[in-house]
Amino acid sequence: MSSREKILSAIKNNQPALTPMPHIEYFTQPFTNVVEKYKMVLQSIGGTVQEVNNIAAIIEALKIQFKDAGRIITVVNAFAEYAEIYTQNDDPHKLDNVDIAIINAHFGVAENGAVWVTEAILQERVLPFICQHLVAVINKQDIVATLQEAYDKIAGTSYGFGTFIAGPSKTADIEQSLVLGAHGPKTMTIFILNTVD
Amino acid sequence: MQHNNKDHATLAATFNVDEPRVNWHDETLWFVRQKRDKAVHILPEWEALRETASQIKNNVLSNLNAYLLQFEKNAQQNGITVHWAADDNEHNQLIHSILQQNEISRIVKSKSMLTEECHLNDYLKQVGIDVVDTDLGERIVQLADEAPSHIVLPCIHWKKEEIGELFHQYLGTPKGNADPQFLTAAARDHLREKFLTRRAAITGVNFAIAETGEFVVCTNEGNADMGAHLADVHIACMGIEKIIPLQKHLGVFLRILTRSATGQPITTYSSHFKQPRKGQQLHIVIVDNGRSRQLGRDDFRSSLKCIRCAACFNTCPVYRRSGGHSYHTAIAGPIGSILAPNLDMKQYADLPFASTLCGSCTNVCPVKIDIHQQLYKWRQVLVKEGYAPTAKKIAMKGMAVTLSSPGIYKLAGKLGRWVIKNLPFMVNNKFNPWYKQRDLPSSPKQSFGEWYAKNRK
Repeated sequence: MSSREKILSAIKNNQPALTPMPHIEYFTQPFTNVVEKYKMVLQSIGGTVQEVNNIAAIIEALKIQFKDAGRIITVVNAFAEYAEIYTQNDDPHKLDNVDIAIINAHFGVAENGAVWVTEAILQERVLPFICQHLVAVINKQDIVATLQEAYDKIAGTSYGFGTFIAGPSKTADIEQSLVLGAHGPKTMTIFILNTVD
Repeated sequence: MQHNNKDHATLAATFNVDEPRVNWHDETLWFVRQKRDKAVHILPEWEALRETASQIKNNVLSNLNAYLLQFEKNAQQNGITVHWAADDNEHNQLIHSILQQNEISRIVKSKSMLTEECHLNDYLKQVGIDVVDTDLGERIVQLADEAPSHIVLPCIHWKKEEIGELFHQYLGTPKGNADPQFLTAAARDHLREKFLTRRAAITGVNFAIAETGEFVVCTNEGNADMGAHLADVHIACMGIEKIIPLQKHLGVFLRILTRSATGQPITTYSSHFKQPRKGQQLHIVIVDNGRSRQLGRDDFRSSLKCIRCAACFNTCPVYRRSGGHSYHTAIAGPIGSILAPNLDMKQYADLPFASTLCGSCTNVCPVKIDIHQQLYKWRQVLVKEGYAPTAKKIAMKGMAVTLSSPGIYKLAGKLGRWVIKNLPFMVNNKFNPWYKQRDLPSSPKQSFGEWYAKNRK
């Protein structure tokens, strides 16, 4: 008998009588303004957040925030005048010298400050991890209250890789002292775009 | 992990020699526990989330066979290669053979307590594979040739000055620099070179979703992602109990995991791996290593619900004051003390006794494992199976004789009171473990029985 069969048969013999899968409840949150909550939580976990009206305003803000930036790349065509457009299928190791990466995110989550991104909008999986500074843009109406609602949005979508990113990479492994910039970005800046409808 | 035969009490006594350090360790972990409290108290639905998570995990254990098959099928359809390992040895060999097939001899590894449990690093070292742990805390203990002392905070027992010295020795940082910001930056540079040059990356798995065949890895540092997305071969190792049925269940588990662990609302990265990157190999190794046996133990199977948040470590008065290494097993703390005896009753017979049974672990557990009840039940199993220490067996037999005979009981009481009063050195000596770190009470003039006989009128 292979290990697979051995393991599966031992489990079958030893697992207890079937218990029902519980109904998943949604909970009303103690906050109503998801945008304000999102901003507050993101700042509390070391992120920076700014509301803007258009892409031009983002570029202007980035020019001030990252005065002496090195290599800036983006996967969003709207930033072509400010950043190098990244094309897929290049060797991901070559992204090691990226200073700032600018990406779109699908949506934000108010309760934990995270944004959801997938391979399709990243082009390269390692992009939001390998850069020194990460900049992401979300539309103001694309912020949900909780992670449970986030998974309702994710349900049925297709991706080979997807990740929630909540602030800059961090560690507190040395005596519980929080340090931003462990292996990934040292800063994360979110621009919330007020879209005109 | 140090392979020695010392039990928890002996190892804890060594840890306890440096009292200020014990107090520092205790306070640091209590600080993490307090952060957890703040994070969960702002969620009105916390108890409902715990209950839901607990019920999902109960359902998982009751239908694990089917969920594993469903996960395997979906993962394979996604292009993931699925392997099965009955025990630690097979797990290690499987990983070695994947590396051999790809002619890889240097790898990076992000945090995986399963690989610690299987002693993968030792195994790979013996067969000539160079493994670099990339979690900062794990890298620190690896450089020091130690095992992690905590499953979330691997080097919580290290002081920054000692880390500064270690980095001076191995990474060439200036002597005497113990600034966490500076040391982290040094480790960042040191490890980035590894990420860029290693062709294989090993990660753990936090959750594997039967419905979609994807798995989720949570880190704050981004080291799992840096390793996996830059490597040609990604190998993810998971215990059979990491399965959850539906993708939307992540909406429950990721809400409770990090709040319980560190008090953050979520880890910085919660990465969902569904398909290999273009041109990349993605392997999953599903490991039993005694878990199916634990599943068959009515009293202990719910220990398999654990999501490895370590909230029970941080709250435990014994863990905080004895340190992770005193548990002499990969997963220390209260949860480790109910998992380890399943692996080897004899070797870990001491661990269920390394508890005050105060129940704080059970109160903070996000998936409602009745940890302290199981510690109590393990004690009974271990004594019945003959694994209690001889001194304890003799003492218990003596107690049984004394307590079952009113005559002997009265005599023993009188004798005890007389000895404490007149010959205290007979009891307050190093042969009496009760006296260790305790003071003797003053001897009462009479027993309650005598007092009652006199005063009942």
